[in-house]
Amino acid sequence: MGAAHSASEEVRELVGKTGFSSDQIEQLHRRFKQLSGDQPTIRKENFNNVPDLELNPIRSKIVRAFFDNRNLRKGPSGLADEISFEDFLTIMAYFRPIDIAMDEEQVQLCRKEKLRFLFHMYDSDSDGRITLEEYRNVVEELLSGNPHIEKESARSIADGAMMEAASVCVGQMEPDQVYEGITFDDFLKIWQGIDIETKMHVRFLNMETMALCH
Amino acid sequence: MSWRGTLGPGWRLLLALLLALGELPQARGVEEDPVVEHDKNQGFHVVTFKWHHVQDPYIITLWILVASVAKIGFHLSHKVTSVVPESALLIVLGLVLGGIVWAADHIASFTLTPTVFFFYLLPPIVLDAGYFMPNRLFFSNLGTILLYAVIGTVWNAATTGLSLYGVFLSGLMGNLEIGLLDFLLFGSLIAAVDPVAVLAVFEEVHVNEVLFIIVFGESLLNDAVTVVLYNVFESFVNLGGDKVTGVDCLKGIVSFFVVSLGGTLVGVLYAFLLSFVTRFTKHVRTIEPGFVFVISYLSYLTSEMLSLSAILAITFCGICCQKYVKANISEQSSTTVRYTMKMLASGAETIIFMFLGISAVDPQIWRWNTAFVLLTLVFISVYRAIGVVLQTWILNRYRMVQLEIIDQVVMSYGGLRGAVAFALVVLLDEDKVKEKKLFVSTTIIVIYFTVIFQGLTIKPLVQWLKVKRSEHREPKLNEKLHGRAFDHILSAIEDISGQIGHNYLRDKWSNFDRRFLSKILMRRSAQKSRDRILNVFHELNLKDAISYVAEGERRGSLAFIRSPSTDNVVNVDFSTPRPSTVEASVSYLLRENVSAVCLDMQSLEQRRRSIRDTEDMVTHHTLQQYLYKPRQEYKHLYSRHELTPEEDEKQDKEIFHRTMRKRLESFKSTKLGINQNKKAAKLYKRERAQKRRNSSIPNGKLPMESPIHNFTIKEKDLELSDPEETPNYDAEEMSGGIEFLANVTRDTATDSPSGIDNPVFSPDEDPSILSRVPPWQSPGETVVPSQRARVQIPQSPGNFHRLAPFRLSNKSVDSFLMAEGPKEQPHTTLPESTHM
Repeated sequence: MGAAHSASEEVRELVGKTGFSSDQIEQLHRRFKQLSGDQPTIRKENFNNVPDLELNPIRSKIVRAFFDNRNLRKGPSGLADEISFEDFLTIMAYFRPIDIAMDEEQVQLCRKEKLRFLFHMYDSDSDGRITLEEYRNVVEELLSGNPHIEKESARSIADGAMMEAASVCVGQMEPDQVYEGITFDDFLKIWQGIDIETKMHVRFLNMETMALCH
Repeated sequence: MSWRGTLGPGWRLLLALLLALGELPQARGVEEDPVVEHDKNQGFHVVTFKWHHVQDPYIITLWILVASVAKIGFHLSHKVTSVVPESALLIVLGLVLGGIVWAADHIASFTLTPTVFFFYLLPPIVLDAGYFMPNRLFFSNLGTILLYAVIGTVWNAATTGLSLYGVFLSGLMGNLEIGLLDFLLFGSLIAAVDPVAVLAVFEEVHVNEVLFIIVFGESLLNDAVTVVLYNVFESFVNLGGDKVTGVDCLKGIVSFFVVSLGGTLVGVLYAFLLSFVTRFTKHVRTIEPGFVFVISYLSYLTSEMLSLSAILAITFCGICCQKYVKANISEQSSTTVRYTMKMLASGAETIIFMFLGISAVDPQIWRWNTAFVLLTLVFISVYRAIGVVLQTWILNRYRMVQLEIIDQVVMSYGGLRGAVAFALVVLLDEDKVKEKKLFVSTTIIVIYFTVIFQGLTIKPLVQWLKVKRSEHREPKLNEKLHGRAFDHILSAIEDISGQIGHNYLRDKWSNFDRRFLSKILMRRSAQKSRDRILNVFHELNLKDAISYVAEGERRGSLAFIRSPSTDNVVNVDFSTPRPSTVEASVSYLLRENVSAVCLDMQSLEQRRRSIRDTEDMVTHHTLQQYLYKPRQEYKHLYSRHELTPEEDEKQDKEIFHRTMRKRLESFKSTKLGINQNKKAAKLYKRERAQKRRNSSIPNGKLPMESPIHNFTIKEKDLELSDPEETPNYDAEEMSGGIEFLANVTRDTATDSPSGIDNPVFSPDEDPSILSRVPPWQSPGETVVPSQRARVQIPQSPGNFHRLAPFRLSNKSVDSFLMAEGPKEQPHTTLPESTHM
């Protein structure tokens, strides 16, 4: 029974690290095993097993975010080949709802973390800036669900959004000033006034829900 | 009078229709005998007075007029309406009017009858609520709303009824012929929060959207509960207290589900029917908006017929159809629907509150019992507060966005009762419910208390508690994009983690909607443009376009709108006299003249344009046409069936694309580091240069018009002299200008009288302009060419003069004065001197 003991020890550690309850962790662990096929790690291909994900237009970006070293807090750039359960939890923890007991500072911190995750998704080359190209890329993927929108419209929408971002973040541009892309600070500025902390959350249940996995 | 006979059936039909409506203001006091008149029919009367003939519609219309005028009156004083809610004002007005009517003939001739209320006044309000329901907000709070609507209402009804019964047993109320069931019946009708009252008050308070949707959603959805409770208890009362069995109670519970789900289902079905029908209305644009009203009203009547919840039916009809209908119908129809719906709803609301006031002035309905009335007031307030606190406590364990104490206070305080309760209590059968009068009086008092007192105090309360207000924000593209990305991310996370939450369901629904529903219910063309992001983008583009043109108007030219890359473009004179730019205030005749002359001008322009980049012509055209559409609609075309053709869509699209490109270009330039202002200045310079260059083009292109050349030279000469010193010169120059115009437009010889009569100037004779600067007041200044004219376009006075008078003729007179300062005043008076 030493194994069981060490497992609960591990769980306790994870609870401290990620803030999930032990029930939730157990629940997610079951899911993790389902996805990985009882392997200790998940690879990108494993996500293909989730049928509901297929219709998601930005599926590739989301899956990529799971392997992004920045999100896993493992390095400034690059992608991991496979992620362990702990990594899986780390990613999931970005979507934990805000605790009611949190004070203002913690809420701000939490908000920043959430936004950073989003930012990393847009900033695919990890240079700390969302360039126009990257933005266009995201918007194209976002709108790819609608077959009636041509690529051109998507691009010009991205352009428009980029301009808007520039005007929000820099205001009146100096002559010869170049807006290279949205930095994380700019990103925070754009999100000002939108209570992301109440939006970006998933309710992690303690009970078992339907298993939707082949 | 035989024609009356033939018309009879038709009239009678119409009258019957109106009579149904006319129960509202049945003027019993003004009875006349129509038979007498018929019999006395001696010979032909030139004029006959047939009051009874028009009586009912006449009175209805008069009441509507009174209510509408009253609304105008209230809004004359902003101070009053900002403090007192309109509903309260209307009730007070109703009381006063009711008093007057009462004083006149001592009969309460006008009351709010349940038939009129439920059939004609309530549906538009509820439809309006459903059709403009913020769906996403509504559905994401649906659980909360349902809890409050169902459990909350049952709780309110039960506790109020039982507590009143308890107090009654204690003997505090004296002798009343009431049993337990009567109390429960009364509790059930007084328990429900009223959608009309809530809307009327909360719309002025502007609390945050979550709080609003919870209170408002509750008031809409609790209808099913109210209807069921009311029906159940009424039938129990009719049955008599002893005969009620457990089976009946069970039936009551079952009927709740049937009534609510059935009503919803009817609404959804009709919503699909409506969406489907609007898919094919492309060629009957004029009646397109009608479908929305007719079909949703049918959903209301159908569920009423099946004794299901009619309010739920029409609410869900509105909620479900809005997406497809808005996508299917044309822009104009959409506007029509919006305005008609708002008009009907706010009209109905006005009438309801006014008649709530009027109905109270009738001594026959009053029966006072201090204990009963006061205790009812206390109980409904206290139990609502308790109910809200209890339910919120449960909800907060599950809700992400917590409902705080402040929210709970507002929610309890916002439990306004209204006309639904009144209509239900009036419906009671006095033979069965012995104390109907007491119930009616108490209901009226409760309504007055909640609407007037709570309505008055809720605004200060909200301010005092610092409730989070709703903030109106501009649609931001980034926000929308990120929001969209968010939806996908969240649903993906739920997919991956294997949870079934809101996001999962929403995602599944939107997939289903996109794959099946939209394909069936939406026009193919609409499927394209229905994306919300595109809409926001479109909106922003339009706004940009408008501000560009406004800027252009300010500067007197649209030229700077053109993309900087195209160099071969010619300036687009905004001042060119096109019928579209003629100010609306100018009388029609003048406009006709102008356009007649403008035809020549346009052909002239056309020739100039032939050398132009066609693309830019399109820009100019679309922008101008689009922005001046309202003015253009003064066409002498009448057709009942044809409305504005498809062109608008093309225009919209064109503007969309143009501004898109424009945005792109300016983005590039931001990238290149060009200051926006600098760029504009540059453009402006270029534009001026262009003007200079182009000024020669028209003349060169029209060699026949040699007088122009002569004149231009003459002008130049004059320009060289100092005009300010020579008052006489003014007249000379003026007539010269006219002649020039005359030449351009008519190819006539340089002759001042003809120039004066030139209709081109007719709009300039607009008396408003004349009065603005009477010539005799400043004769010396009248003709000083503006500083700008002299400084900026010195080489082309002809060009300048071609521009100037026309500028006067269009709307930009004011903006010109503002933009250019007093120096431009001479232009304004320019036409004046033509009279001298």
